[in-house]
Amino acid sequence: MHAYKAPLRDIRFVVHEVLELGAHYRALGRDDVTPDLVDSVLEEGARFAEEVLAPTNLPGDTEGVHYENGVVRTPAGFKDAYDKFCSDGWASMTAPAAYGGQELPASAQLPFAEMLCSANLAWRLYSGLAESAILAIDAHASDELKSLFLPHLASGNWAGTMCLTEPHCGTDLGLLRTRAEPNGDGSYRISGTKIFITGGESDLTENIVHLVLARLPDAPAGSKGISLFLVPKFLPTTEGRPGMRNGLRCGSVEHKMGIKGSATCVMNFSDATGWIVGPPHTGLASMFTMMNHARLGVGVQGLGLSETSFQGALAYARDRLQGRAATGAKQPDKAADPLIVHADMRRMLLTQKALTEGGRMLAYFAGQQLDIAHAHPDAEARRDANDLLALLTPIVKAFLTDAGMEVTNLGVQVFGGHGYIHETGMEQFVRDARITPLYEGTNGIQALDLIGRKVLGSRGELVRKMAGLIVDFCGTHSENPELKPYIAPLAAMVREWGDLTQFVVAKASAGPDEAGAAAVDYLQFSGYLCFAWCWARMAAAAQTHLAASDSEGDFYRAKLATATFYFERLLPRARAHAEAMKSGADNLMRLDAAHFAF
Amino acid sequence: MRRVLVGVKRVVDYNVRIRVKPDGTGVALDGVKMSINPFDEIGLEEALRIKERGHADEVVAVSIGPDDVQQQLRTALAMGADRAIQVRTTSAIEPLQAARIFLQLVEKEQPSVVILGKQAIDDDNSQTGQMLAALWDRPQATFASKIEINGAVAVVTREVDAGLEKIEVDLPAVFTTDLRLNEPRYVKLPEIMKAKKKPLDVLDVAALGIDLTETLKVVKYEPPSQRTRGVMVKSAAELVAQLRAKGILQ
Ligand SMILES: Cc1cc2nc3c(=O)[nH]c(=O)nc-3n(C[C@H](O)[C@H](O)[C@H](O)COP(=O)(O)OP(=O)(O)OC[C@H]3O[C@@H](n4cnc5c(N)ncnc54)[C@H](O)[C@@H]3O)c2cc1C
Ligand SMILES: Cc1cc2nc3c(=O)[nH]c(=O)nc-3n(C[C@H](O)[C@H](O)[C@H](O)COP(=O)(O)OP(=O)(O)OC[C@H]3O[C@@H](n4cnc5c(N)ncnc54)[C@H](O)[C@@H]3O)c2cc1C
Repeated sequence: MHAYKAPLRDIRFVVHEVLELGAHYRALGRDDVTPDLVDSVLEEGARFAEEVLAPTNLPGDTEGVHYENGVVRTPAGFKDAYDKFCSDGWASMTAPAAYGGQELPASAQLPFAEMLCSANLAWRLYSGLAESAILAIDAHASDELKSLFLPHLASGNWAGTMCLTEPHCGTDLGLLRTRAEPNGDGSYRISGTKIFITGGESDLTENIVHLVLARLPDAPAGSKGISLFLVPKFLPTTEGRPGMRNGLRCGSVEHKMGIKGSATCVMNFSDATGWIVGPPHTGLASMFTMMNHARLGVGVQGLGLSETSFQGALAYARDRLQGRAATGAKQPDKAADPLIVHADMRRMLLTQKALTEGGRMLAYFAGQQLDIAHAHPDAEARRDANDLLALLTPIVKAFLTDAGMEVTNLGVQVFGGHGYIHETGMEQFVRDARITPLYEGTNGIQALDLIGRKVLGSRGELVRKMAGLIVDFCGTHSENPELKPYIAPLAAMVREWGDLTQFVVAKASAGPDEAGAAAVDYLQFSGYLCFAWCWARMAAAAQTHLAASDSEGDFYRAKLATATFYFERLLPRARAHAEAMKSGADNLMRLDAAHFAF
Repeated sequence: MRRVLVGVKRVVDYNVRIRVKPDGTGVALDGVKMSINPFDEIGLEEALRIKERGHADEVVAVSIGPDDVQQQLRTALAMGADRAIQVRTTSAIEPLQAARIFLQLVEKEQPSVVILGKQAIDDDNSQTGQMLAALWDRPQATFASKIEINGAVAVVTREVDAGLEKIEVDLPAVFTTDLRLNEPRYVKLPEIMKAKKKPLDVLDVAALGIDLTETLKVVKYEPPSQRTRGVMVKSAAELVAQLRAKGILQ
């Protein structure tokens, strides 16, 4: 198995040279977050990911989690790595300073999150959920709950979960049955069964804070009758220590395709004590604070797995000797040339590289918008950032995880038969990646969210905002002949996006199935467009650098070459999605459900 | 105040595969990851442990070089050094010049212990510590794999060709570190944040009045020649015969 190395050079390129986060932090009043501070944090974070965490990944997959009588034991090495993660302060990176956190902006944490996902996704899930839970509790819970729970979540001593799914209700949360009854003292009794709860039980932390969706006795039916409750595994004592065991228990863990080191738990709540978070019947909205963050996080999971798979494939393609270069032997003293001489090998590696680096840029851009939405002094800037995030969240979640599937599959392909063998580590990335298009709302649901809530819901306004950014960028660079190969197709495509959006809006009113039939192709088209914008921005930054200096010239020329590959080889896929979308719903709905098996 | 002065040299990271510039004028540093010299990192770790065991009150990290070295000094502060000193220069520094610079700092800071790496992994000179001890006219304990401080003396285990050697030196003294002395700690995130607020003083090398005229002339840098293919021998006798033939055995 290859030794994962955090892609610090590429991260610095995106963070400093393309997104210019130093200036961005100053605009947010965070002069303390200087570029050299960010570099130091990421360098030391990389050391944790590479040296402490990555070695636990393959053994953790082989061993999996252990379940016995309500108790979950994580694979060997997980607990040590987790303890170090907490004692070295990494758990508290973004948490508010008021609760002992380091309060670094989200955009400064995303690259570290990416590294953790590359190093060991199954392990990363245990801590990632606490970060989302902190956001939801901080935004919606009472001050009492905040001061009781947030310091422990921020330190990592207590973990967090989100409990939405039930056996009969996954996507359709309106069907949810878990009940909450008032105890009369401000607390509630929670009863019901949740399934697929990530980190529902584990040996990593002394306590676990479950955020549970449930119905109050007077709740209206459907999704408007759901409330959010905080339900700890151990009820805290007045000193804030884990006290009495609460009425909840892990009934079993799932045996599953990937992320085998992550405990996916059936959680049985039986008169468990909990406290309400936010007003009654607004639970879904509160949970969405957590979900939007978690959805970007899942996109970053796809990115992290893409990166590590690409690194493995690249090292192998340079090392494995097989066949001769079509142009004549490159290593005549050896029995064969390295795989990387072959055109098809380059197609695979460049696809991996272009999707990974494009995804990095888009995810970090979304992180920058998170910062602005959270902390910019200007209300209009905050609104714009929120609008962009609303549009980009389903795209980042779905497009980066679909890319993660393609990239990790290519990683296996580059290895030939050896990629199919467990010990090389390449097939694990595919299995681990496979969950990412499923949870936090399937990618199909992301596409419906994009087209329904975001596009139709805003009557195209969110698309106009994003398109405005792209059009402005094209305008700024339209006079630069070196960038023409990127700017011209980008400008044409953003126009087509506008047309397609109008088409979808018009079609949606023509028939009830039209929006659903267009959704995934619309999201894919939008994703390819966003990546084109990212690659054009990266090309512009590279070209600006090369015009001024040849220092690290090869690095910047590689960016231009990869941008060219993206525009000429991957972007044409968007055409197929546009055509498919325009064909409408009829070809999907005509076949009678009873006739599918014929 | 009992003070430990530690040298922190910025060098190419030990993981980087070094490339010599095509014109032979030096090593290609363009975009290459730079880190604290691993032996200096061990030295810093030892200094922190000396302080944690109550044998020192302050750890001061020193680096000589352009402003880029501040990055390594910040890492040293994040690891736990109390303050840092950059001796600013853009010239290449030879071991004797480095030793003279350290001597000036020693006179100013009056440390009870100075810890340097046994060598820096860029030039591999292994001279600065010894030269400093001579200039300062104080004891030295080089290639240390164990350091125990006992009041005004230190017992140091040294790695020597014949194995291990234990010596006792009076303080103040100069130590140079070997690989097995300790395993440097990981830097904690809150310490990185705090390091920004710790003092980092910059002294101009000119103000120290050190003569920086080159006394060593680098003729050319060349990568080591490629290792040639080995041969398999069938027996010990054949091995001995081959070694004789090559003049390695008499
Ligand atoms: C490993 C793992 C970890 C998980 N962790 C958690 C967790 O921590 N907390 C938690 O609450 N849940 C968790 N889940 C649950 C996960 O979020 C759900 O599996 C997911 O939301 C899908 O729900 P479902 O499995 O019931 O599928 P279903 O809702 O039955 O969906 C099946 C298929 O139908 C499609 N579909 C459903 N409804 C529609 C529609 N209206 N229009 C079009 N297509 C539709 C879906 O896209 C999907 O392809 C986890 C699941 C797994 C496997
Ligand atoms: C489960 C399993 C069962 C198997 N069963 C059998 C069996 O019963 N009998 C048997 O003999 N073998 C068997 N194999 C071996 C299988 O046929 C080989 O793995 C396959 O031929 C690929 O060879 P390789 O693994 O050495 O990959 P490589 O040849 O190293 O190829 C690696 C990658 O490089 C590409 N590549 C290689 N050369 C070129 C070129 N010239 N131009 C462009 N691209 C190139 C390949 O397409 C691939 O993507 C099995 C393998 C597995 C995993």
